Amino acid sequence: MISTDTDILSIAEAWAKSGRSVALATVIETWGSAPRPVGSHLVIDGDGNFQGSVSGGCVEGAVVEEAVDVIADGAARTLEFGVADETAWKVGLSCGGRIRVYVEKVN
Amino acid sequence: MDLSILAALNAERAARRATVLVTDVAEGTQRLVKAAEIASDPLAELLDKQLRMAKSAMVEVDGKPIFLTVQAPHPRVVVTGAVHISQAMAPMTKLLDLDMIVIDPRTAFATPERFPDVTLLTQWPDEAIATLGLDAYTAFVALTHDPKIDDPGLEAALRSECFYVGALGSRKTHGRRVERLAAAGFDATAAARIHAPIGLDIGAVSPAEIALAILGEIVSTLRGPRRTSA
Repeated sequence: MISTDTDILSIAEAWAKSGRSVALATVIETWGSAPRPVGSHLVIDGDGNFQGSVSGGCVEGAVVEEAVDVIADGAARTLEFGVADETAWKVGLSCGGRIRVYVEKVN
Repeated sequence: MDLSILAALNAERAARRATVLVTDVAEGTQRLVKAAEIASDPLAELLDKQLRMAKSAMVEVDGKPIFLTVQAPHPRVVVTGAVHISQAMAPMTKLLDLDMIVIDPRTAFATPERFPDVTLLTQWPDEAIATLGLDAYTAFVALTHDPKIDDPGLEAALRSECFYVGALGSRKTHGRRVERLAAAGFDATAAARIHAPIGLDIGAVSPAEIALAILGEIVSTLRGPRRTSA
């Protein structure tokens, strides 16, 4: 079972070593009732495949999109999400928090 | 992140050794600090504090935003003695997210019926421990009252980097134990690592209360400031 954040780091290493272009996203700060703790990881490849979680499903789509850009230009960046927006409520998330996610390329 | 840093981090984790990855979030620069290098690191105090809590965190160093990715091995408790106290410890360690391993060569005691949720080893402790390995994220607890079983375990624990070593028994029993350990070549400093009488002094009476006192002491040793003696 892929449950822990350290397993995600093993996947990131395996993907990179098999020649895939890889980005790693990490939750670096949370405020309020953020769904995933600081240190949670998401690994993304150049085709938008991903494993892990930074928000329990809420903002993964946006992180994956940004990660593809990070892979393309190689520059790490920090993203910030308020998870209590209209969309979040529609999909039934009990948030109200905000998270910051650091996205970096593995090379 | 350099693939070499990621690979080194994963290798340390596989070997059950702690690391902290220090990332300057503004600059994108990174370095990996291994457990053995923490004491001499400029951020030693900060790294040690986060490592004890096993928590990754955002910090500010000289006005720079720094993220610390903390990788602490999963702590585990190795016990000799498939006895009442260890039976009570089993569900408590589960709640505390500690892995528990019970060693007892007496197969009448060490049965899966009595210990449904823990790793049970029916070898002699020296044999079992040689396979397990005891490290800085392992607590060792001797509970059988039988020197034939407890002593080999304690000797292995005292030769290791175990963060906690505890042994059940009165002061008198422990006095005799220290004499036996001295005869086996363990000096007073080594013997002083043993928490005995075992557990926090909460006046524990029942096996469950003693289990609570022991686990309270283990958590306090794991999370609290490092102590030089027992």
